Amino acid sequence: MVKVLRHYDVELEFPGNQTCCGQPAFNAGFRREARELALAFLDVFEDCEAVVSPSGSCVAMVKEYYPKLFSDDEELSGRFQSLADRTWEFSQYLTEVLGVTEFPGRRDGSLTWHDCCHSLRGLGVRDGPRRLLASVEGAELRELEKSDECCGFGGLFSVKFDKISSRMLSNKLACIEKSGAESLVATDCSCLMHMAGGLEKSGSEVRALHLAEVLADALEESGAGSQEEASS
Amino acid sequence: MRPRSDQFHELSSRALEDDSLREALKRASSSFHAAKTDAVDSMPDWEELRQRGHDRKNRAIENLPEALETFEKNFRSRGGEVHYCEDGASARDRILSIIRSSGGSSVTKSKSMVTEEIALNDHLEAAGLSVLEGDLGEYIIQLAGEHPSHIIAPAIHKSREEVAQLFHDHLGSDPDADIPELTRVARKTLREAFLEADIGISGANFVIAETGTIVLVENEGNIRMSTTVPRVHIAVVGIEKVLPRRSDLATLLRLLCRSATGQRVTSYISFISAPRTGVEGDGPEKLHVVFLDAGRSRLWADPTQREALNCIRCGACLNFCPVYESVGGHSYGWVYPGPIGSVITPHYIGIEKASQLPQASSLCGRCGEVCPMKIPLPDMLLGLRAKAVEAGSAGFVEKLSMRSFSLLARSPRLWRLLLAFGRPFYRLVVRAGLAAVLGGAARRWSRSRSLPLPGRSGFRRWWRENAEKGGE
Repeated sequence: MVKVLRHYDVELEFPGNQTCCGQPAFNAGFRREARELALAFLDVFEDCEAVVSPSGSCVAMVKEYYPKLFSDDEELSGRFQSLADRTWEFSQYLTEVLGVTEFPGRRDGSLTWHDCCHSLRGLGVRDGPRRLLASVEGAELRELEKSDECCGFGGLFSVKFDKISSRMLSNKLACIEKSGAESLVATDCSCLMHMAGGLEKSGSEVRALHLAEVLADALEESGAGSQEEASS
Repeated sequence: MRPRSDQFHELSSRALEDDSLREALKRASSSFHAAKTDAVDSMPDWEELRQRGHDRKNRAIENLPEALETFEKNFRSRGGEVHYCEDGASARDRILSIIRSSGGSSVTKSKSMVTEEIALNDHLEAAGLSVLEGDLGEYIIQLAGEHPSHIIAPAIHKSREEVAQLFHDHLGSDPDADIPELTRVARKTLREAFLEADIGISGANFVIAETGTIVLVENEGNIRMSTTVPRVHIAVVGIEKVLPRRSDLATLLRLLCRSATGQRVTSYISFISAPRTGVEGDGPEKLHVVFLDAGRSRLWADPTQREALNCIRCGACLNFCPVYESVGGHSYGWVYPGPIGSVITPHYIGIEKASQLPQASSLCGRCGEVCPMKIPLPDMLLGLRAKAVEAGSAGFVEKLSMRSFSLLARSPRLWRLLLAFGRPFYRLVVRAGLAAVLGGAARRWSRSRSLPLPGRSGFRRWWRENAEKGGE
C-alpha cells in the first residue's frame, strides 16, 4: 500500500499510536467499549488530511458507525462525520480520490476478485478495483461466481458459530477453485486471512493476495517501484 | 408453537450434517435468486419503488392505532366482525369460540404464519375439530407433522422423493410419482375438503383501513377456496398488517410479488370487504378479523426496532442469507427464520429465549440490501446484541475480554509491547501446530482454517526502518 500510494506521490504518515477501530467490540454489542475506542481513534487521526486503510470493514466502521455511535452528542458526531468523510478504503482512495483508472506495470497471472461484504455493501466498492486489476498488463481477471457472497468470517462469528462459518467458507472455496484463477484478490485483511486459512487447510494452490500486493508487484515488475518489501 | 430458539446451536449443527437438506436449500436458493434478480433487473425504478414502499409502510406503522380504528369502523359497517387479542392464548380461545358458535366442525386453512405463531392447528384439533391445510407446501408438512421452514415456501426443506414417499404413505399414491402427479393427488384430496368445510381460516397480507378490506396474495387458489366456500371466514391478522389507504397497496404489492417469487403479480389476489350479501351467489355468511398483538405493541414501543414491523413477509432476506442457506429454517427454533426471524423472534418470545439468534449472523449485509422495505436488518441485529450486553446477559469471560481489549487498545505502548512479545510466541505455537494452547477459539478456527502466520517482524518495524523517511 505504501509503495502504491508513494507511486502517486502521496505523502504518508503512520501514526504509531494507532491500535484498533473497535469493530470487534461494536459487533459484539459492547457499545461502551466501542465508543472508547472510537474516541481513541479520533484522537490519533483527527488531524490527518485523509485516512487510508487496507481493510474495508474497518473503514465501514469509521464511516458508517462512528457518527451513529455518537448521535446523542452533536459536537462529537460532527467531528466523527468529518473524519468519516476523509476516511477511505485503499481502492476507493486510488480510484475516487486520486482518479486512477489505468494502473501501470505488469503482472502475469490469472486473478479472481472477491467482493468483501463491508467494502461492497457498506462502501459501494465494486467496479473500481476490478478496473484497476484488469488494466494491469498481463493480469487476467476472471469473474468469481457468487463473488458478493460472504466468506463466512464475520469476526467472532467465525468462532462462535464455527460450523456455519466453515460451511460458508467451503462454498466460497468451491467458487474460487471453479474460477481456475491462480490468485484470489480482495481488499479486506480479515476476509483475506479467513479465505487464506481455508485455502491452505484444504491444500489449495490458490494464493490469497491483497489488492495492494498485486499492484505493488505490478510496479515492481515494471521497475517503477523499489526493491523493498512493500505489502502492508 | 413451542419455541426452541435457545437451541439454535444444536439444531443448526444437526442441520449442517443433513445432506438432503443441503441439496434442497441449495436448489431453492439458486432458483429464488434467479427469479428475484430477473424481476428486479427488469425494473429500472426499483430503488425508487423501494423508497416509496418504505415511506408508505413507515407512515402506516407510525399511525397504527388510528389505522386500526378506521379499519374496524369500516369493516363493521359492512357486516364484518373485528376482534383484538393480546396474546396467542386469547386468540386461540376467541377463534375456537367463533367456530363453536357457528356450529361447524371442519376447518380448511390457507397458509398463514400468524396461525403458526399461536399454534392454532394443535389447539383446534385438541378441541375435536378437523383441520386441513390447503396450501400445497403447508399440506405436505401437515402430513409430515412438521412446521414451515420458510415464510413463503413452507416445505422448501423437502425433496420430491420425500414428498412422494409421504403421499404414498398417507394417500396411497405411486411412491415414484413426479411433481405434476403429486400436485394432482393433493389437489383431488384438498378440493373435496374445501367443498365440505364449514370454516375457512386465512391470514392476510394486508388489510386496508380506508375501505375495510382484507387483501390476500397467492398462486394456488386455495385461499380463494377457503375464503369463499365455507359458511364462515376467519382472517387472523397481525396488527402491523394494516395500511391506511387503498393507494398504499399497489406499491407494496409490486414489491411483495417481485421480492418473494420474482413474479410481476401472483395468480390470485383476493380483496374481501364484507360477508355475502343478498344478491351474491357465494362467499361466507359470517366474516371475522381476529387481530393479534402477541409482542407487536412491545416492538412498536421501541423506536430503534420498530421498523421490523414494516416487514411484508416476502422471504427475500431468507433467500439471500448465507446462514439460512447453510442451516435451513428449522434451526431458528420458532416460526420466523432467517434475518427477519432473528430480529423479531427475540421481541415476540422474549430475548432470553432467543439470545443466540441475533449473534448467528456474519453481518454480511445482504439481507438489508435485498429487503424491499429497506429494513436495516444488520443494524437491528447489532442493536439487539447491544441490548443483550446492556441487560447484562453477556458471559463473564466475554465481558472481561472486551473490557481488557478496550483498555489495551487505548494504551498504545502496552499494545505495541504485546505485539512485540506476542508475535514470536504466537509464531512458535502456530509453527509447532499447537493451536490448542491458544484456547477454544483457536481450536474452533483450526478445524477448517489454518491459523494465519504473520511475518517475523511487523509493519511497524518495516515502516520505522525503511519507509518513514519516504526513502523506501
